[in-house]
Amino acid sequence: MTKTVEEVKEWINTEEYKELNFKREAVVINPPKACQPLGAIFAASGFEKTLPYVHGSQGCTAYFRSNLSRHYREPFSTVSDSMTEDAAVFGGLNNIIEGLRNAHVLYQPSLIAMSTSCMAEVIGDDLNAFIGQAREKGSIPEDLPIPFAHTPSFVGSHITGYDSMLKAILENLHKRQKKTTSVKGSERTSLINIIPGFDPHVANIREIQYMLGIMGIKNLILADNSDVLDSPLTGEYAMYTGGTPLEDAIDASKNHGTIALQKNSTMNTIKYIQEEWENHPAFNMYPPMGIKLTDDFVEKISDLAGISVSKELEKYRGRAVDAATDAHQYIHGKRFAVFGDPDEVYGIVSFLLEMGGEPIHVLTATGSKTFKREMELLLASSPHGQGAKLYAGFDLWHMRSLLMTDPVDMMIGDSHGKWAARDANIPLIRIGYPIVDRVNMHRYPVIGYQGAINMITWIVNAFLEELDRNSDDAHFELLR
Amino acid sequence: MLTIEEGKKIIEEVLEAYPEKTKLKREKHLAVHEEACSTCGVKSNVKSAPGVMTARGCAYAGSKGVVWGPIKDVVHISHGPVGCGHYSWSTRRNLADGIVGVNNFVPFHFTSDFQERDIVFGGDKKLEKIIHEINGLFPLNNGLSIQSECPVGLIGDDIEAVAKKTTKDIGKPVVPVRCEGFRGVSQSLGHHIANDAIRDHIIGTKKLDNKTKYDIALIGDYNIGGDAWEAKKLLEEVGLKVRSIWSGDATLEMLQTAPDVKLNVIHCYRSMNYICRHMEETYGIPWVEINLFGPTKVAESLRKLGELFDDHIKANVEKAIEKNMIAMEKTIEKYKPRVGGKKVMLYVGGLRPRHTIGAFEDLGMEVVGTGYEFGHKDDYERTKDYIKDGVIIYDDVTAYEFEEFVKKINPDLVASGIKEKYVFQKMGKPFRQMHSWDYSGPYHGWGGFEIFSRDMDMALNSPTWQLVTPKWRQAGK
Repeated sequence: MTKTVEEVKEWINTEEYKELNFKREAVVINPPKACQPLGAIFAASGFEKTLPYVHGSQGCTAYFRSNLSRHYREPFSTVSDSMTEDAAVFGGLNNIIEGLRNAHVLYQPSLIAMSTSCMAEVIGDDLNAFIGQAREKGSIPEDLPIPFAHTPSFVGSHITGYDSMLKAILENLHKRQKKTTSVKGSERTSLINIIPGFDPHVANIREIQYMLGIMGIKNLILADNSDVLDSPLTGEYAMYTGGTPLEDAIDASKNHGTIALQKNSTMNTIKYIQEEWENHPAFNMYPPMGIKLTDDFVEKISDLAGISVSKELEKYRGRAVDAATDAHQYIHGKRFAVFGDPDEVYGIVSFLLEMGGEPIHVLTATGSKTFKREMELLLASSPHGQGAKLYAGFDLWHMRSLLMTDPVDMMIGDSHGKWAARDANIPLIRIGYPIVDRVNMHRYPVIGYQGAINMITWIVNAFLEELDRNSDDAHFELLR
Repeated sequence: MLTIEEGKKIIEEVLEAYPEKTKLKREKHLAVHEEACSTCGVKSNVKSAPGVMTARGCAYAGSKGVVWGPIKDVVHISHGPVGCGHYSWSTRRNLADGIVGVNNFVPFHFTSDFQERDIVFGGDKKLEKIIHEINGLFPLNNGLSIQSECPVGLIGDDIEAVAKKTTKDIGKPVVPVRCEGFRGVSQSLGHHIANDAIRDHIIGTKKLDNKTKYDIALIGDYNIGGDAWEAKKLLEEVGLKVRSIWSGDATLEMLQTAPDVKLNVIHCYRSMNYICRHMEETYGIPWVEINLFGPTKVAESLRKLGELFDDHIKANVEKAIEKNMIAMEKTIEKYKPRVGGKKVMLYVGGLRPRHTIGAFEDLGMEVVGTGYEFGHKDDYERTKDYIKDGVIIYDDVTAYEFEEFVKKINPDLVASGIKEKYVFQKMGKPFRQMHSWDYSGPYHGWGGFEIFSRDMDMALNSPTWQLVTPKWRQAGK
């Protein structure tokens, strides 16, 4: 019996449909995740004069560049070595030899960060050998660093690619460290390395540096793409506009310690640092979103640096707490759907719980067992988390069913949530990657104390905007 | 406009930066237009040099992203790993009427999300299951297409067999498309492969009802920002009946019944000339190229169409031109003083590197450089009708070359894509995206020209450009 349009329109909103939707095992529909090389070139963009290079099909690179440029409204330079059918048969050696030569001569990078597309991975190209041969053939100078990472789209997601590339770059640069020199020795010991993770809000880096500035803790961001992905318009275009200086990255292991502000996108990098960098404490934590997680960060970094938390920072914190209590009544008891990358989702949920908001549908496309366990613990720790359910490894078509059968008041996630939010008739607060339908969101921090204020502002004002738009005359009040 | 000699000198200077081998490759793709010189064309549709930062995409982008993606009642499965479908998810602005998730599947990303085990063991079983799951969850789909990503072709999956079996199982067409990204040298082969798949599996499988002598198909309009709706309005105003659009806001049925129309009217020649040639050879349907940008070309195109029909249509064409020209003249009157004399450099795909030139000229602007991402020889041949001596032609221009050309030629406006946009805006150059209409549009037809004119004015005359240099750095301070 064929159903009519009207019938199907009703049916896709039902509990029955939701059950069928959750039964599927093979097809993935609207997953909120991108693929590895996008994360890899994102990580590479955070180093000074570094050219991301994708070994494989060229179409992938065109997609990554477009995708990143839409989110940041910034140029994003990456080359591909354009493998085609003949490379599928004979391998991509010639592409690497010619590609490295051209990239080096034309774009004069100080470092070329090589990641791979699926094609190169399926045919099994040996990057180390190929790069070696390119050096022998004189494509590139002997000493030009070319860290590489295997980043097929059929493993993990963009956050995995970020991790792999960052680790590869740090490992490569670390080997270039001159053991004897410690000119900056004493200076270095007071520096703390900060790894932001795959963080689409560039202002987060600036917020962390601001807070550490208040605390008097010197830091090195690994890798810092804030000036690359938020560069000034001066009338002159420069391809390389910032990034962590390679000299600093080479000596990063001499610094006092390392903290990564995301767990899932830095697992291998942190493991590498813990194992290979001598006398160098390193750990990762969930992003400092909201007051509590920011407090955790502040406490950890002050322990690590051996510097007590300054009065000035407490004042800064106090203003955020003031904003939170001022606005609590607008968030308390409100029901939320949250989706995105595991770290960000953890941070948003933690923030909502401390505001008295109720996360209901919590969804990620990826997520390790550890993430699931820790997220369950977080939800269980609060009376406001009791109504929540975690869906790790799900997609936005699942989310739509959840919203239609068990409604919430607001959704938080990236721009891809807009169809589900529209069908559910709720506002979408845009946090995450990519945000391609609003301007300047990446210029606002969502971490640190200022990040808490920003999230409160966006969420509460969206509710109040809805209220004003939908009020009848009698309830249209000046005071809210 | 540069002289031919100046142009040649600029090209020579730009090529200097390349290693010898690449220089020899690239110089064949760069030229200054010289009408008297028949051998001065550029080389095209060959492999991009590795490592130079080409803007080109891949066959998957040409098939799923361009040709198939806009067909709204068909579910397009991005078959393979998650990335390709993610990046092409609603990023081409193919507007479609219909209820999302019910009978319109354009703003979706359906993926088989390959994992390592699928690479090792093959994805055919998974694909079969996917097709059944989709058909169960979206019962009003009228068919499915399988858009192959790179790994599918490398691991030796037999998607044709799965398609054949599932077509029987579900009683709807399931079309395998071999558009793996490593095939060919750009999007272009993807268009061809997509056309061939439609030819082999879809076309002519249904008859058109209520045929008339004015039935036409509009081929190669993807309804970017509503372009196809504007085109349809303009064609129907003169009495033609647009029975089928390929493939903006299209239904499967439109593609099935296309061989029953009287004439194929093609806009994007590059991506769909194949199917026009096929319909001409197999069904004897003539085809004609038109240009929907700017009143001069629109009027020319309508008259060209009129010639292919009868006096009734011819009379309608004249009436429509007369009527619409009033508004067009007003638009030109308003904007020409603001943008006239400004120089433009174009770099786009498909038909736009030549087709939009007329619209700029209607506003008194001058195109001083143009090039195609994935054009062929026939595109460059056709371009000659649009340009004057001294225009710089660049095929598959590299990021480096484009920057250098813009610095040396110093146009007032650059019109290209998202990857280029912010490079030139950082230089303080007004810019418009000409793939997506910069989230504006439509640009086709009479109505489109008004929007086009407004947008070019906005880009060129935005007061924000005056903010670039602070007053303490301005000359004389």
